[in-house]
Parts: sequence; C-alpha cells; structure tokens
Amino acid sequence: MIYINGTASISPQPTFEKQGFLEEITEYTTNCLQCIEPDYENFLSPIGLRRMSRVLKMGWGAAKSCLENTSLSTPGAIVTGTGRGCYLETQKFIFSMYENDETLLSPTPFIHSSHGSIAAQIAMMTGCRDYNMTYTHRGFSFESALTDAIMLLNEGHFQSVLAGGVDEIGKNKFLSFDRIGHWKKPDTGNLKLLEYDSAGTIAGEGSTFFLLQNSSSQYTYALLKSVHTFSNPSDTRAIIKQAEWFLSQQGLEVSDIDLVLLGLNGDRQFDAVYYELMATVFSISGQAYYKHLCGEYHTSTAFALWLAANILSLQQVPPIIRLNNRKAKTINHILIYNHYRDVNHSFILASSKKYTNPII
Amino acid sequence: MGIVSAIGMDVETTLDSLVSSRTGLGQIRLLDTRLKEKLIAGEIQHTDEELLQMAGIDKIPGMSRAALLGMIAAKQAVQSAGFIPDNKLRTGMISGTTAESMTSIEKYLPDFLSNDSRNEFIDSQDWGFSTEIIAGILGINGFMTTINTACSSASNAIMLGARMIRQGRLDRAIAGGTDALSKVMLNGFHSLMIVDPEPCKPFDDKRNGLNIGEGAAFLVLESEQVADKEKIMAEMKGYGNANDAYHLTALSPDGSGAALSMKNALESCGMKPGRVSYINAHGTGTLNNDLSEAMGIEKIFGKKPPLFSSTKPFTGHTLGSSGALEAVISVLVLQHNMVFPNLNFSEPMREVAITPEASLVKNVEIQHVMSNSLGFGGNNTSLIFSKVE
Repeated sequence: MIYINGTASISPQPTFEKQGFLEEITEYTTNCLQCIEPDYENFLSPIGLRRMSRVLKMGWGAAKSCLENTSLSTPGAIVTGTGRGCYLETQKFIFSMYENDETLLSPTPFIHSSHGSIAAQIAMMTGCRDYNMTYTHRGFSFESALTDAIMLLNEGHFQSVLAGGVDEIGKNKFLSFDRIGHWKKPDTGNLKLLEYDSAGTIAGEGSTFFLLQNSSSQYTYALLKSVHTFSNPSDTRAIIKQAEWFLSQQGLEVSDIDLVLLGLNGDRQFDAVYYELMATVFSISGQAYYKHLCGEYHTSTAFALWLAANILSLQQVPPIIRLNNRKAKTINHILIYNHYRDVNHSFILASSKKYTNPII
Repeated sequence: MGIVSAIGMDVETTLDSLVSSRTGLGQIRLLDTRLKEKLIAGEIQHTDEELLQMAGIDKIPGMSRAALLGMIAAKQAVQSAGFIPDNKLRTGMISGTTAESMTSIEKYLPDFLSNDSRNEFIDSQDWGFSTEIIAGILGINGFMTTINTACSSASNAIMLGARMIRQGRLDRAIAGGTDALSKVMLNGFHSLMIVDPEPCKPFDDKRNGLNIGEGAAFLVLESEQVADKEKIMAEMKGYGNANDAYHLTALSPDGSGAALSMKNALESCGMKPGRVSYINAHGTGTLNNDLSEAMGIEKIFGKKPPLFSSTKPFTGHTLGSSGALEAVISVLVLQHNMVFPNLNFSEPMREVAITPEASLVKNVEIQHVMSNSLGFGGNNTSLIFSKVE
C-alpha cells in the first residue's frame, strides 16, 4: 500500500501553501501560463538565492514545502521527472558560446544545465545521500519517476520516497514550438480553453512533489495505487483495452471509477480521443480536466495527481475542473488519463485512504 | 549487446582495440569547433551520413547523431540476442543520455528562433527524442523512458531495466545509453578547467583532467524464464545508487560518495567485497574524481583491492553513455578472463596505496566484475556483473 503523505505544488494557480483547496482561481488571457512563485527567501539563504537558477528554486521550494507538512526532513530516496530539465541554462551556455566564439566561457550555466541538478540540489539541501534519479522523457517523465518510487517502496529498502515533476517554460523553447504550431493565439482565455475548437494549446509549467510512504500517517491524503504508460496506441479501442487491463490489475472495472481527470488541452486534434472516451467508456464517471489551470507541459500529470490527492482527502471536487454533473457520494477512485501529443499515454490511479481493499 | 565508440563500431573491433592497447583518442576532425586546435577527443571518425548508412535505416526528420549512434548499438544488441520484438513478451527500452540531440540544438537554436529552415529539428530539444526514434524503429512499444543523471545515466538505465525484470514488470529490457560529441559538452567541461589537452592518465599522480568521447552501447537484459540459455553472456547480479550530496559538480574528496554506491551494489546481492575480481573504474583522469574514487575503493575493498582499471584512455569519457560502454567492456572481461589496461599510468597517487593495472592482464579467473559511474551532481552508480554458472 503506498500512501501520499505530503504534497505541494507551485503552479500558475494560487496552489502553494494556501489555506483551502483551489478557493481562488487565476484567470489568464495568454497562451503561456507562468507559475505564481513563492518568495524563495523563505527557503534559501542569500547565497542560494543568488546562485540557483529558477527551475532549481522551483524544485526546491515545492520539495521543501512537501516535506515541511510532514514529520520528515530527509526522505529515504528522491526521484524526479522533468521534460525540459535545466534547458534554459543550456541555452544560456550555447548563446555565450556564439557570442564569445568559444573562448573564456563562464561555467555557471553549464554547471546548472544537467537535468539531474534538480534532484541533486534537493539531495544536498535535505542531506539525502541515498537513491537519487532523474527521468526525462517528455510525457513519461513524471510517470517514470512515480513507477520508480512505487518499485522502491515495494522493494522494501526505503520507507519514504520524495517524488516530483518539475518543468519550467522557457521563452525560447516556447517560441520554437510556436513556430511548429503547438500553441494557440496569445489572447487565449485559459478558462475558455475547451471552447475554441482550434489547433494548439496553452503552454504551462509547474513544480509538484509528493512524499510517498508505505505506511499511513496523520498527514495521509490518499493512496497511490498504480501507474501505467504506453506509446502510440493505434486507435481509441486500443486505449480502452489498456484502461480495462490497467484497472483489472487493481481488481477494478471502469464503472468503479468515480472521477476521471483528463488531460484535455484545447487542441482540437489531440482532444478528440478524450471526447470519444467521455462519450463511451467514461460516460458514467464524473469527468474533469486540469490543463486550463496549469497549461500543457511534460510533467503536468504531477499537477493532476496533486489535484486528485486533495480531492480524495477533502472529498470535494472543485467546480472549476468539472466537465459533467455526475457526482459520486463518495469519491473512492480517481483515474488520471493523459497523453502528450498522442505519443506518450499514461494512466495514474489514486484512491481514497479509506479504501484499503485487502484483495490488492 | 552492442557498442560503438572511437575504438570500434562493434563488439569484436572494440575487444581487439582493448587487447591491442589501441586508443581511440585523437584529433577532432568532424566536429566544427574552435577547440579542435586545443583538445583531443574520442571522436568516432564517421560522418552522420556514414552513420545513417551503417544504421541501415531511412533518414528520419530531425534525426541526431546521438540517435544514429544509439540506433547502431541497439540494433547490434537486438541481433546478438536473436529476438524480434513482438507482443508476446513485455519488452521495454531504457536509455541514458547527458546531451541528447545537442549536436542539432547547438547548431540550429538560432534558426528555431528566427526562421523555418530547421523546423524538423525542433522536437529534438526534448530529451527522450532519441529513445523514441530507436524504440520506434526496433518495434518496441512497451515501457520506455530516458534518464539524465549526467555521467551515471546509462548505468542507471541498466539498473532500472534489471529491477523492472526482477519485479516482474518486464520480461526483457534494452538498456544502455548514447551520447554524441558536441561543442556544448567540450566547451562546458573546458570552462570547468578539467580537460586534459593530452591523453588522460586516470589514477596517475600527475593526471591533468579528462578527454571527452562519444559512443553508444546497449545490453539486452532478460529474465531467467525468457533468456535463451545458449546466448546468455553474463548475469546482472547487483546494483547500487547513491548521491554524494556534496556539490553539483564535484565528489566529496573523502570518497564517501563513491564508497556508498559500491557498498549498495554489494549489499544488493549479499556479496562480500573479496569476491569481486575486477573493478572497471569511472576513472576520468580528473583530480577530483580519481582521488575520490580511489579513496572509495580503499574504504570498501581495503588497501589490497581487486584488479582495477579505467578504460577511458581508450574511449574518452562518453558522458551519459559511459556506463553502458563500460558495462559491455565488463562483460568482455568476464568472457575472456582478461583485464584491460589503464593506459598512460606511470606514477601512483600520493594519497592512496592502490594502483591500477597499467598493462593487459590475461588468463585471470574473473567471476564478478564491478563497474562504477560517478556523475555530476554526485549521482553514483555501481553495477555488478557475474559469470554465468
């Protein structure tokens, strides 16, 4: 049994260290959502503030806050997923290579450019000298980290794993993907994301961490049941088969799912499959979406899991994410289904901490 | 298994180079960099067009040098294991890389921002791009992921493959890594002032830094139930990962970080240090790594450790893929009962009592090999390979 015993998220919504759950929503008119960041002075020394790049601060801020609300200051292991990693630092270094014709270069951006730096920084700040891993594979980055975390806890060497998904939107990467039609127009309203019937989505970013343990605590939000990834499914039927198989491994059927949290992103081409599933196999479940709040990025499912953990803990679904009016009396199981540009598809199943089915 | 590097474009040629002490370090001829005047590297002397021919595939939009190198090595591995990916067995692909498609990104970043001439390469800014191309061509549709923990990336990929098979999540994993020589990596390490303009001298008191190399290697890992007994080359016995938590680009000088991963690997299979016959060291030739690693070896194995050597004076430091290249080399050690030399070594380090093997050692009974990869950010991984009974 794997318990989500802590979670924190820095996102484009006021989600960080707030009383209440999504009581305030931020509305944007843009195709690029940026995080509402905390004052990092509360987390870092003046030297740290000066030296650390933005993505390292985002990673550390969410990790620290996640741990703060539990009784643990040093996790057993640290696993992170990041699609873009510290790419901004790599770009800085590339531009300085051009400007200086490969001479007298400052090593600082290079030092901060390795994707593994986010997890490494957290290790240094928490004194965690054990298992440390960074996955960077587009829409599988966070799911790979979760899969590894589940394996670590099942292997029994660690009682706790800090698992996170971190991605920073960078201006240049945003511009280059704009060139190949990833984004909607700059005056897109995030809360109207599904109304446009057009190509493209809105970019986003976030840093979300979870403390996973194999025993419950007074801080338990929910259970993390399982994660599954698959690539390039041939059609919707193939996805339905994957969903049915995934749930059957947990002794469940699709009809047991109280809420499906879907990765709809407003891109007409990529949303079609979600609508098909909503009309068929997910038609009797509560349906919700989340990318209007956080934007599209490789590790957005970390934000989705943060939502799921809070929903299961509080037993309330924020109206702003609802897509239909089916309301379960008790929310036992939430299925997150997302795909990144129809290449990386994933399921994450989270359940209420009260649902400790002894069969599994 | 499959391997490409500056010392050979397949396993056989690689073995021949190792036995003949033939280094792949030399002048940088293909990469267009100012540093070619100053530095040497383990550059594979084949253009991207030649690599495409060797990979035996049609050109794919945006394909990078790292993807090409990985493709060649992965195909060799799959061919030598003699299987065709299908849906009957769960086959995954796990790759480790530091630089991914950096050779494309560093050339075309200005174009991405100003014109449409290089749009086919825009997607290659995503790490995992090479893994997906290779998996797609090989017909692998199961679990796949990419790891970037700097120099320990591919070792971590191999470790994950083994763990997933042990936990029954996969029947088979193609695990390894790829990294191509890029201006960013050359300039990056050079700006840290840890690159030797001469061939590196790991564990030598007068060592002066590392040389960058490029290469790719993959192992096909299979569960006992699935493996063709005739084709098994070695057993993945143990693995351990730890984080130094000391500095983003340096290892703790007392060797405790390096010692942790070695200890974890031994504990993972309940093996006493005395049973390891050979250590393929990370041994980059930098002041920091080699001191830290040597002290770590002494901590775990005492002042009379197993035979050890670094093979980076052959291939150069191939960064994220180095752990995979060295895994293949470790299997060759097991298969041929040989220890490949730590080239360019002459003067023992003052701080430690241990010295590497400076010449080829033949006819030595090797039962278990440990391979170390110690990365930036203190990510350290040790793998243990064993002869199959």
